[in-house]
Amino acid sequence: MSLPCKLKTEAERIAEFAREYGLDFYETLFEMTDASGMNELAAYGGFPIRYPHWRYGMEYDRLRKGKTYGLSHIYEMVINNDPCYAYLLETNRLVDHQMVMAHVYGHSDFFKNNVWFSRTNRHMIDRMAQNAGEVSRIIEKQGFERVERFMDAALSLGDLIDPYSVFREPPPETDEDDERRVDIASLKFHTKEYLDSFVNPKERLEEELARIQKELDRHRDLPRKPERDVLHFLIQQAPLKPWQRRLLGILREEAYYFVPQGTTKVMNEGWASYWHIKIMTTKVLADENLTAYADHCSRTLAMPPGSFNPYRVGLAIWLDIEDRWNKGRFGREWEACDDYARRQQWDTGADLGRQKMFEVRRFYNDVTFIDTFFTRELCAEQKLFTTRRDEQPEKEEIEDRDFVAVKKRLLFMLSNMGRPVIEVISNNFENRSELLLRHQHYGIDLDLRYAKETLKNLALIWTRPVHLETSLGGKAKLISHTGKGFEEREIVTDKAVQTTLDA
Amino acid sequence: MPRISRDHNRFREIVKGRVRKEFRKFITHSELLGRKGKHLVAIPVPRIDIPTFRYGDNQGGVGQGEGEPGDEAGAGTGQAGDKSAPHVLEAEVTLDELAEMLGEELQLPRIQPRGREEIEEQHARYNSIRPVGPESLRHFRRTYRRALKRTIASGQYDPDNPVIIPIREDRVYKSWKVTYSPRTNAVVLYLMDVSGSMGQEQKDTVRTEAFWIDTWLQHNYRDVRTRYIVHDADAREVDRDVFYHLKEAGGTKISSAYALTAKILESEYPIFDWNVYIFHFSDGDNWGSGDTEICLDLLKQKLLPHANLFGYGQVESPYGSGQFIHDLSSHFGSAENLITSQIADRDAIYDSIKEFLGKGR
Repeated sequence: MSLPCKLKTEAERIAEFAREYGLDFYETLFEMTDASGMNELAAYGGFPIRYPHWRYGMEYDRLRKGKTYGLSHIYEMVINNDPCYAYLLETNRLVDHQMVMAHVYGHSDFFKNNVWFSRTNRHMIDRMAQNAGEVSRIIEKQGFERVERFMDAALSLGDLIDPYSVFREPPPETDEDDERRVDIASLKFHTKEYLDSFVNPKERLEEELARIQKELDRHRDLPRKPERDVLHFLIQQAPLKPWQRRLLGILREEAYYFVPQGTTKVMNEGWASYWHIKIMTTKVLADENLTAYADHCSRTLAMPPGSFNPYRVGLAIWLDIEDRWNKGRFGREWEACDDYARRQQWDTGADLGRQKMFEVRRFYNDVTFIDTFFTRELCAEQKLFTTRRDEQPEKEEIEDRDFVAVKKRLLFMLSNMGRPVIEVISNNFENRSELLLRHQHYGIDLDLRYAKETLKNLALIWTRPVHLETSLGGKAKLISHTGKGFEEREIVTDKAVQTTLDA
Repeated sequence: MPRISRDHNRFREIVKGRVRKEFRKFITHSELLGRKGKHLVAIPVPRIDIPTFRYGDNQGGVGQGEGEPGDEAGAGTGQAGDKSAPHVLEAEVTLDELAEMLGEELQLPRIQPRGREEIEEQHARYNSIRPVGPESLRHFRRTYRRALKRTIASGQYDPDNPVIIPIREDRVYKSWKVTYSPRTNAVVLYLMDVSGSMGQEQKDTVRTEAFWIDTWLQHNYRDVRTRYIVHDADAREVDRDVFYHLKEAGGTKISSAYALTAKILESEYPIFDWNVYIFHFSDGDNWGSGDTEICLDLLKQKLLPHANLFGYGQVESPYGSGQFIHDLSSHFGSAENLITSQIADRDAIYDSIKEFLGKGR
């Protein structure tokens, strides 16, 4: 539904304020929708047309129940596209709309200018719709159940991509300098030179060469280096039917589209919150709406005890950056100063806050953002702590308030979008065309139950046994799915064997 | 059809399939069930989780607020980044929906109330309007609106002096309609043996089964009364809470409970007005054959003629299963409204409910 006239003027007015502040965004189109429309869009990740899958229905079910029982409320949704689309909820008050608009321009600016977004498809709405059409055609040919089953298995592996590979070319499909290339001369029958073109016809030779090459390729160990983009590897190497390959391709494409949103969540939400507050309080807010605005604002930024709100933490860091660079609290002199009173009074009048903010919004992502700008003072001021799960009695308890611990935990949660790092090591494990993955263990074990189920799905796609190298309870383990069942064994490294022999 | 309903329906179909497959688990895990408020019950519907490689529970998170290390961090510690979804989805289902699910799952027939069509109930509901009536029932808003319409239509309305004076024809009054419905009220009596041989596990079994029976009967009758009787060598009536938590020791004299039941039924629930359900749970270890004789007699004379259904569930206790169930079935094998059921363990509850309610009585 298009926007009523009144809101259209509002949108233009707020866009103008945003431009005055230096925000630079795509054309932003607002659409009005009712609650169920909003839930539907949210279930599809903001896109009006996507391929059919029950998990969207599940998401919708959850959102709808959340809405009905007053547990959750979606105020706004915006998608990274050119033009940028944003949805407004019909039943909201004018002041809510104004706030959402200001917020959306913040996001839109971030999408356009942050470097991590620079490689994403800006016509994703169209692309998703095309993908949906293609999936529908596949379903027509292959049958719904069959496609759904494959999809369920594939989705299990859908997050095995490399979120930081945006600026890397995809790994080459073949190696040019492979020492196992076959020399065409070696295929020739030995004969007199004038008979050569008759005894060894050129077409026949090429055919033979292609056959041998293919045979060799089949037995070649890949990848050359551990590969994090497991999905890409599967598309290249797994024995898939064309339609299956295509579905995996679609999944991978869409997964990559959502990566920058995932890796800049704290920054992006903080940035948009900063701008809606700035624009609302300095330009737009009418006196009579103050309480409504404050109420809405505090609800989005509230951090209930014991939970983590990216809006809140992001905003706090942005405000701190502005303040520090305005007062010149950066650089060597500032870092070296340990006089509390002097630090409190520190103000060089540098006035570089806004400039620094725009610079940060261009070059950082959540991990580098927290790593660089999350300070000891901020940690104490925001009263952050790490938590740990207690078994008896089962509860989440405060673990530590130490700055280093909190920062470490934050970075861990944000690295690789909070997922374990899984790499492909070999497609020819033990020389049996079996797939070997490795989990890079950074101190936290995998959920074994889920890992096993995932392996099962992987085996379905690989069609040969699959293995995962990981560490459980401090012991190196190899978990396998043979296509029939699971096997689990401890990995004894060569070194260990060596020492026992020596002894 | 909106795009989402296609996916939503698909999801619900799958969940239904899940419910079917895992329904036994639902029924046997009473701790998953909690009554919420008056009409709602929370059943965690399994969220269909697509497995991925993910971290185990020992990950920990980051929170914010007051407190010392070691304090509880408050409910729902979130994690940044790609927040993992909870494993269960707490779906709020009304008891009616739950009963529907149960009925569908166990293919229970709808209960046919005993033929008492002549007993009808009158309900008066104020849901209509008429032009005459006492002033106390005058519908002010409608009256005003009619007056306003008339004033405007006749050109007498003056915006600067908007006085509206209703005349007789404007006035409307609230009125009622009488509806008749057959009276089908039900009383359920739960009898439980709390003698020394009934352990906590046996009581949990009884509790779970009673909950589901209760849900089904609530669904079928407008108003279900429940009464609870416990017995060892003596019987007495208790409230719901005590019924489920009481731990007693002592011998078993089932006749005491049957006598009490008969007394309650006779004095409070006349046969012509009530559908009567009696469910008795025991480990069947009655004290001597003399008492069993008395029980059978009471059943034949008083309880069975009175009840729509008499269900006897024998739970297996650590001390084995008693003789009582065999006594019952040998005496009343042909009785239509007596059903006996062996409940070996919690998984057997499913079949037991089906046995009890499968006749649609």
